[in-house]
Amino acid sequence: MAMAEAAAEPAAIADETLLQIEGLRTHFRKDGAVVRSVDGVDLRIPRGRTLAVVGESGSGKSVTSLSIMRLIPEPAGRIVGGRMLYRDRTGRLLDLARLPVSEMRRIRGGEISMIFQEPMTSLNPVFTVGDQIAEAVALHAGKDRAEARRVAVEMLRLVEIPAAERRVDEYPHQMSGGMRQRVMIALALSCRPSLLIADEPTTALDVTIQAQILDLMRRLQREIGMSMLFVTHNLGVVAEIAHEVAVMYAGRVVEQAGVEAIFAHPRHPYTEGLIACIPRLRRHAPGQQRDREPGGRRHRLVAIPGSIPSPAALPPGCAFAPRCSRAVDACRLEIPDLVEVAPGHRSRCLRWRDL
Amino acid sequence: MGPAAAGGPTAVPSRPADLLRVQGLRKHFPVGGGWGRPRVVVKAVEDVSFAVPRGHIVGLVGESGSGKTTVGRAILRLIEPTAGRVEFDGTDVAKLGAAALRRFRQRMQIIFQDPYSSLNPRMRVDEIIAEALTAQAPMPRAERRDRTERLLLRVGLRPEQMRRYPHEFSGGQRQRIGIARALAVEPDFIVADEAVSALDVSVQAQVLNLLQDLREDLGLTMLFIGHDLAVVEYLCDEIVVMYLGRVMEIGPSEELCAAPSHPYTRALLSAAPIPDPAAPRSRIVLKGDIPSPVEVPSGCVFRTRCPHSVAACATVVPPLVEVAPGRFSACIREDIR
Ligand SMILES: Nc1ncnc2c1ncn2[C@@H]1O[C@H](COP(=O)(O)OP(=O)(O)OP(=O)(O)O)[C@@H](O)[C@H]1O
Ligand SMILES: Nc1ncnc2c1ncn2[C@@H]1O[C@H](COP(=O)(O)OP(=O)(O)OP(=O)(O)O)[C@@H](O)[C@H]1O
Ligand SMILES: [Mg+2]
Ligand SMILES: [Mg+2]
Repeated sequence: MAMAEAAAEPAAIADETLLQIEGLRTHFRKDGAVVRSVDGVDLRIPRGRTLAVVGESGSGKSVTSLSIMRLIPEPAGRIVGGRMLYRDRTGRLLDLARLPVSEMRRIRGGEISMIFQEPMTSLNPVFTVGDQIAEAVALHAGKDRAEARRVAVEMLRLVEIPAAERRVDEYPHQMSGGMRQRVMIALALSCRPSLLIADEPTTALDVTIQAQILDLMRRLQREIGMSMLFVTHNLGVVAEIAHEVAVMYAGRVVEQAGVEAIFAHPRHPYTEGLIACIPRLRRHAPGQQRDREPGGRRHRLVAIPGSIPSPAALPPGCAFAPRCSRAVDACRLEIPDLVEVAPGHRSRCLRWRDL
Repeated sequence: MGPAAAGGPTAVPSRPADLLRVQGLRKHFPVGGGWGRPRVVVKAVEDVSFAVPRGHIVGLVGESGSGKTTVGRAILRLIEPTAGRVEFDGTDVAKLGAAALRRFRQRMQIIFQDPYSSLNPRMRVDEIIAEALTAQAPMPRAERRDRTERLLLRVGLRPEQMRRYPHEFSGGQRQRIGIARALAVEPDFIVADEAVSALDVSVQAQVLNLLQDLREDLGLTMLFIGHDLAVVEYLCDEIVVMYLGRVMEIGPSEELCAAPSHPYTRALLSAAPIPDPAAPRSRIVLKGDIPSPVEVPSGCVFRTRCPHSVAACATVVPPLVEVAPGRFSACIREDIR
């Protein structure tokens, strides 16, 4: 059993690491079948930096985030293996996968917080945004009402909401999508977290609003010095916000490296394919060859054939092998290990040397 | 032909090759009025003019609520325009009677963003395609089967998948089914409304390649609605940029993206995240939110967020003028073009 194996190793993480996930497995039971949504995720979240988790729909990004928060809906879903080593504020090393519920609640309220893609579903429609932030502040910091409200206004200013004194009394539905996402960020930051998990926080927003929110999050991450786990499927957003990048495919991390290395020298064919298949504005890719004649043909995009396998029916060996142009027989036999291919750069591909 | 006289609809010069011509299109939706609330008008589309030459793909871009879908639906006459004219292959679409409208609808098809909700979950794929094939006239079984197979092959699906239901397919495959259905009636013109927006990038690339093949092999003309400028630049020959119901800029896609003329186009391009951490970034971050479509700013609708607005922007609606051959922009600040 993987859990027993993992527990046998001594628990230790490097000083610059805030959270280290090893072999995390989170499964669901659905119609009698086991859905292996997260099936061996290894991640390192550096202290005071932003790790972007990128991958296609269904690759297990949200389930990984919810596992860290221990918010997997039981009994349908369960963390069945691996560990999540986290250094808390007092310096203790904890395994979040095994933490008692009461202690986990303390971590969730005080050290790790999360924002979701659709802010409307996580804001309470019957309370003003000020009341919601004030409640969170009072809960964490034990402030009285007047003081909590003052902090709420301050938090709204922190996330650059104009006329904060007035807007503090508004209800979520009176705000635009961008404003609501700012309120969500304010709420998540009210406990001064060490780790902010942001699951697709800008995906539902227009690009001009997305640019504002990314600017804001970058600034806050730096100023507060928190770590950020930023989930997205958009490689453009990754390049804008991340220091480190983890690429997920079919419930596993297939590559993790610094953002420059991921884009300049991807060491996994899936990462390579993702980077190659996105159309780029010509102004950012002057070398890209293209026919300009109106109505004439353009170069074809280098698409990855096929689609991601269902986590209820994963192929044997490397889950990407059926779509991979470099796959050899060995790839279909067993799951390759995540190996260090350069300092701080890890890949789960047998053929990383050929890339 | 330059822009029309003040007050009238702005005109984009018509070219003999145009298959579709949209002229001064306007669509207002009256909303509210219940529970003592005032009745207000959503000005979804206001004086929109552009043309699509035969065999070309024209992109319609803009942020959420800018009126793109409304334009697409008005072209297909799925909704009645409040004002303006849609001309398809030389015929005024508004003047078509019921029988003529049915024939015309065969020539124009639409592909939607969400392939799942647009496919009947209780019909097998072959039934979905057959329904489209026989919408006009009955067809012998053997021919129906044969054509369904060819259509599925055409969009990259295997004929043995014909007897499956939509939920048994991935998002990209469902989008292919939607495209096969649209192609069944052999249309000349397709409106693709966010047809690749919901797809993962690896699958999006497959569908973009397919759309290109169809344009080349079948000579299809297309209005491609999207909000990812990189995708639109890549696929389209020409781009129409909308904001709050109005056209801001029109131009050949690569010229428009390389050297945008209108301040809104510039902001939109600079806001697009660049998938390259090493690329230099010079971002124009727009202030504030898009105004409500029921309280559209006077004059230029973009002026409340425009870094270059001056007093005059509040008083005149800037006409769409030709600023360079084939390039049109609706901005009075000639000095910043
Ligand atoms: N409660 C659940 N019960 C059963 N399966 C689930 C459950 N939650 C998630 N899954 C499955 O686990 C897999 C991973 O889901 P997850 O939501 O983590 O994907 P994701 O990477 O966040 O995708 P997206 O980009 O679409 O948000 C999916 O195949 C999903 O269907
Ligand atoms: N049937 C309707 N009744 C009232 N208002 C409508 C109706 N249809 C559209 N609108 C409004 O018209 C405006 C334009 O909507 P439209 O759907 O055309 O925008 P869009 O550019 O397609 O946006 P998106 O990118 O979100 O799809 C919006 O403000 C919308 O709320
Ligand atoms: Mg998700
Ligand atoms: Mg739309």
